Amino acid sequence: MRQTSESCCCPVDEKERAFDQISNVIDLYRNKEGSLIQVLHRAQEICGHLPLEVQELIADKMNIPLATVSGVVSFYSFFSTVPKGEHVIRVCMGTACYVRGGKKIVEHLMGHLGVDIGETTKDGKFTLEIARCFGACGLAPAMMVDDAVYKQVNINKVERIFEKYREGGR
Amino acid sequence: MVTLTINGQTVTVKEGTTIIEAAAQHGISIPHLCYMKDVHKVGACRICVVEVEGRPALQASCLAEVAEDMVVHTNTERVRRARNILFDLMYSDHSEDCLSCTRNQNCELQAMGKLLGVETSRYEGARSSYHVDASVSVTRDMSKCILCRRCITVCNEIQGVGALYPQHRGFNAEASPAMEMQLGKVACSFCGQCTVVCPVGALKVTNSMQKVWEALDDASKITIAQVAPAVRVALGEEFGLEPGARVTGKIAAAFHHLGFDHVFDTNFGADLTIMEEGTEFLGRLTDALKGAGATLPMITSCSPGWVKYMEHTYPNELAHLSSCKSPHTMMGAVAKSYYAEKIGVDPKNIVVVSIMPCTAKKFEIVRPEMQNGGVPNVDAVLTTREFAGMIKSAGIDFVNLPDAKFDNPLGESTGAADIFGLTGGVMEAALRTVYELVTGRELPFDKLHVTPIVGFNQVKEASIKIENPLPNYSFLDGVEAKIAVTSGLAGAKILMEQVKAGESPYHFIEIMGCPGGCIMGGGQPRSRDPEVRMKRLSGLYAEDENKTLRKSHENPYIKSLYETYLGEPNGHKAHELLHTHYVERGKFNQLTDETFVADAKVIAKIRSAAVLHDSAKTAVMKTSRERESSKVLAMESENRKLQSDLEDAMETIDILKSVIPR
Repeated sequence: MRQTSESCCCPVDEKERAFDQISNVIDLYRNKEGSLIQVLHRAQEICGHLPLEVQELIADKMNIPLATVSGVVSFYSFFSTVPKGEHVIRVCMGTACYVRGGKKIVEHLMGHLGVDIGETTKDGKFTLEIARCFGACGLAPAMMVDDAVYKQVNINKVERIFEKYREGGR
Repeated sequence: MVTLTINGQTVTVKEGTTIIEAAAQHGISIPHLCYMKDVHKVGACRICVVEVEGRPALQASCLAEVAEDMVVHTNTERVRRARNILFDLMYSDHSEDCLSCTRNQNCELQAMGKLLGVETSRYEGARSSYHVDASVSVTRDMSKCILCRRCITVCNEIQGVGALYPQHRGFNAEASPAMEMQLGKVACSFCGQCTVVCPVGALKVTNSMQKVWEALDDASKITIAQVAPAVRVALGEEFGLEPGARVTGKIAAAFHHLGFDHVFDTNFGADLTIMEEGTEFLGRLTDALKGAGATLPMITSCSPGWVKYMEHTYPNELAHLSSCKSPHTMMGAVAKSYYAEKIGVDPKNIVVVSIMPCTAKKFEIVRPEMQNGGVPNVDAVLTTREFAGMIKSAGIDFVNLPDAKFDNPLGESTGAADIFGLTGGVMEAALRTVYELVTGRELPFDKLHVTPIVGFNQVKEASIKIENPLPNYSFLDGVEAKIAVTSGLAGAKILMEQVKAGESPYHFIEIMGCPGGCIMGGGQPRSRDPEVRMKRLSGLYAEDENKTLRKSHENPYIKSLYETYLGEPNGHKAHELLHTHYVERGKFNQLTDETFVADAKVIAKIRSAAVLHDSAKTAVMKTSRERESSKVLAMESENRKLQSDLEDAMETIDILKSVIPR
């Protein structure tokens, strides 16, 4: 029938609520030219990622082909079709951060978390990503966890940063 | 008007003309690859670049418009160098298996290489690789894609289907259905228009020739050939004849030469369709007028691409479709029942091969609905292009073949059947019969052509008032039958939105999936002639006008088929053999479990070298789950490859044994 490899992971009623929210967003942008990216943005905020069924919902409500929606989702690296962890770690690999040891941080985190770049830990806690430049080159090497930027990171610092998120705090 | 200089020649053209068109109007041909006049201009390939004095960058002449006093050079060293580099870059990510490609010597990239005088390729490096995605109708091999985006334009803008769209970015970009789904699993109509515009072998028809060769070689099988109307005015193009050249007699002769046991004509099936569809329409109209409730408008169902589009897009409106099978499946059903009995052969031993202008017909024959008694109505569909290939490889001198005739009883047809191949034709054919049935008089149009629905306008409409009907039909007196005709799925959408909203003013609608009808089908020869549509259309009207019998109900063999076998049109037997039902599929194919992916063996045969699992692709796969499933897929495809390698090796041994004297 269709690929069901990735579906929204939340429980049914939560999913319904999420779909309602997305539908509201679509109504908000109705008849506005070029609003697909905004809708996708909001949908990813609501669902955490953009699995096939969310893309189908958007294609259906916005009356555009599914392939177009998927084309836009796959074009921008910001959009993800697979679930992300509770916290998203982005290590900067821009030139300055790279030179000052960004790569080492990434390698350390890969070992520490037991995941590859782009993957999520088994407990669903962390997703490891690399980024190209936060515009914080003076603070190199920089790392972001969710919306917080951490400066001049080294392996010891990484441990301390992690404790905070492990214990469920922010 | 604008005056400019191109290569030292002063030319005057209309304002808004692009440089490439201005040049073409004055006999200067600028090399171009992705550009298609009036259809596709996005400047994707940049091969058409030219130098414009005063502009530092080279200009894509398919996009850049002329300006007063502009000075253009189309053939300078700088331009030639740029074109060569652009070509090389494109070629550096193109699989180089030209010899084993269906488009060998018929490939626009190959032709461009020759035109530009390319002798070496200078860029070696990573190549993107993809697995072959074969549906029963259309096959995608993205290792050959040059990202010209013509397919995207026809699929989205011309047809309004939107099954293909650019996915991913940069090196990993490809023209694909959503989320890397297979074409056979999504809402693709299989119209095949993408295979007509693809400049290379990236989108092509899923080949069925081998199956036909095997049937012809199998002495235990009775082979029956049939050919659609639109093929007879287009096949000649593959042999250098003008578009519209009528080669009906040569086709019958070629069938005989290829060794088919019985040579029939889909036109017979078209006449039969008119009897069934005309009767069905009269029945629905009668019911509606008598308040018995009937679904109107009734819509034609001959075009399987249109039918599949309808099943995906308007699953709640399927009752509007005529329950008639298409002409070639009706023909197959009759061949494997009536004719099988006549010649005393078990239908299981009959192989019916249809030569069609259509790629969707390949999908149609594997629909479970298209069989009777567990036997498929039609066993193989070859497109016009594939059939030409068979004729060539059989060594038949097609152009000089003396005309032959189709065999009877299933080879005789009227002019009404010929025009099934063009937009408006099915409707006209139906009206010729229905009007006469109801009034006892001939359809009141010059040469029987319903002029308002002749030609290539997207939506055409007409109304026909019934006056002084025969006593049986007195309730139709004064009724004005409203009809509409469209071709191309974008046009279908216009009429269907009315139907869906309950606002359709029509009683009867004809829809063909390809713009212009079957003459411009996805399986027809690729033409460079701008007048090709008109020429093929004229060819079919000429076929019609040259026949003595021009109304389906006058076909003597149709009459005798009903008298001796079927009984009444729409009767019990006719329903069993000639009618069908439809499947609610939904726009994401979510309403059914049916998919139309070609079987694994076909995929392995098409491109045994296909290796899915490559490092470039892995890098962008995000989760281990994705990687695992791709590993499984890779292993499966590896297995298929090994299996087909083994089969090939065994076959080679057999052949060597047979050619080496002991």
